[in-house]
Amino acid sequence: MAKLTVDINGLTLKNPVLTASGTFGYGIEYSDFVNLENLGGFIVKGTTLNPREGNPYPRMAETPSGMLNAVGLQNKGAQYFVDKIYPAIKNIKSNIIVNVSGSSVGDYVKCAEMINELENIPAIELNISCPNVKEGGMAFGTSCAAASEVVKAVREAYKKHLIVKLSPNVTNIQEIALAVEGAGADSVSLINTMMGMAIDIKSRKPILSTITGGLSGPCVKPVALRMVWQVAKVVKVPVIGLGGIASASDAIEFLLAGASAVQIGTANFIDPSITQKVIDGIDQYLNENGFDDVNQIIGLINK
Amino acid sequence: MKKLVDFTVVENTSVGAGCFLLKLHTKETLPEILPGQFVNVLIEDAGVLLRRPISIHYADSSNGELELLVKIAGKGTEKLSHIANGSSINILIPLGMEFTMPSKNDKVLLVGGGVGIAPLYYFAKEICKSGNKPTLLIGTRTSADIILKEKFEEVADLYYTTEDGSYGEKGYPTQHSILAKSYDRIYTCGPTPMMKGVAKYASEKDIFCEVSLENKMACGIGACLCCVQDTKEGHKCVCTTGPVFNINDLKWLS
Repeated sequence: MAKLTVDINGLTLKNPVLTASGTFGYGIEYSDFVNLENLGGFIVKGTTLNPREGNPYPRMAETPSGMLNAVGLQNKGAQYFVDKIYPAIKNIKSNIIVNVSGSSVGDYVKCAEMINELENIPAIELNISCPNVKEGGMAFGTSCAAASEVVKAVREAYKKHLIVKLSPNVTNIQEIALAVEGAGADSVSLINTMMGMAIDIKSRKPILSTITGGLSGPCVKPVALRMVWQVAKVVKVPVIGLGGIASASDAIEFLLAGASAVQIGTANFIDPSITQKVIDGIDQYLNENGFDDVNQIIGLINK
Repeated sequence: MKKLVDFTVVENTSVGAGCFLLKLHTKETLPEILPGQFVNVLIEDAGVLLRRPISIHYADSSNGELELLVKIAGKGTEKLSHIANGSSINILIPLGMEFTMPSKNDKVLLVGGGVGIAPLYYFAKEICKSGNKPTLLIGTRTSADIILKEKFEEVADLYYTTEDGSYGEKGYPTQHSILAKSYDRIYTCGPTPMMKGVAKYASEKDIFCEVSLENKMACGIGACLCCVQDTKEGHKCVCTTGPVFNINDLKWLS
């Protein structure tokens, strides 16, 4: 058994495997399939200050080796999370991380302040990269100035570990990563979904109610890996890699590229027990290749 | 309790109308499986990413038996239709909420359209076990689309409509003369326009009515929020709140 513990700028994970927001509910949806306490942590569904009904159905289209979604941050709001969901999950001994989203700087700050009060939530992931909301969301993550502004504001209000989730729908991901690092992010996670679309040629209409949606799944992995590699080279804060990871081998690629941890997303839909398999597979890889600590392979291709 | 279970294909039979019947068996212990629930089937090497949600045609948990009646609708179900006896299939089971069981003395009408008859077999069989026998009204396009008639006859009093009048009464299920009788409970599964017609009929007569929806879904366990139905209480996941909904909870009638 190799040492799997990683330190993400003060946030200790018992192993580098997290789950991606929006694919893992509030964790409990998966409790029949995974011992949640075996995970490095799990990132719960995107939470906004006020309740959101999300986008109209249809919200999903399957595409080659991937899927488009346009859920649009459906959630019952931060107060509901604090009152109803947090009490049900707070005693799970894992890093429970809340993905925080918003449509204005003020909303992000208020939401982060509310989550800051929750003792058993050691970190938030600031979602400045959701492609499926009309106002805010990705708009904050596609310009350095806007990204910097929202991260600075949240940084002042939020005292614990602040992860900032980056959008791949940008010209230069390194610039955005540096901007949020400069604004006070403790770590960055990437990539959120890539904007895409699909058309039903029988009805001659877009499949998604919103026309465009966010692409995820194995098809985005090479792009995600490239961006993680690029960002890890230029920032000093830890990078959390995600995008199409569906096996231990995929996860190891991200670690070798420079990610200190990974998130499993869409693959949870196909195999709800995948996270444990990835954890075990990383351990097996380390043992078979003569490593006794996962930290030995992080960013190895750059050394 | 939901489980990932490996089943072995015991029998794969083409039953007509582009449908096939899969009889599966597992040695693993199965949780309780109720009529109206569904499964999420992993179809490997078909060029599809997600599992395929399929309603439960019949299940016997204590004997490890599961039957799926499937219509070929795309690459995944096409691949599944060719699966050989003895092959293994990984299935996420059981998912969603069941039909509300009627009481022994209720006059029960089931209305199925196309492959929407699939879950009604298990339901009818369970209703029969309680000493009741439901009426099952099935709508198809032509007589050539009628499948598994003898099997359904064992568990229900059968009536048919065909759109071309080649069997039973001509037209849609909502036009059948049997609807002139009175019922205490109506359950329906099939194309949405048909289910909306049935819901309207039930509502006008103030009859308890449940419908089974099949929105496109990804996870099947309420995590991704892709399969939502717009209800009077907002967006609800078809995979966890449904697939069975009472018509009074939907916005179909307003």
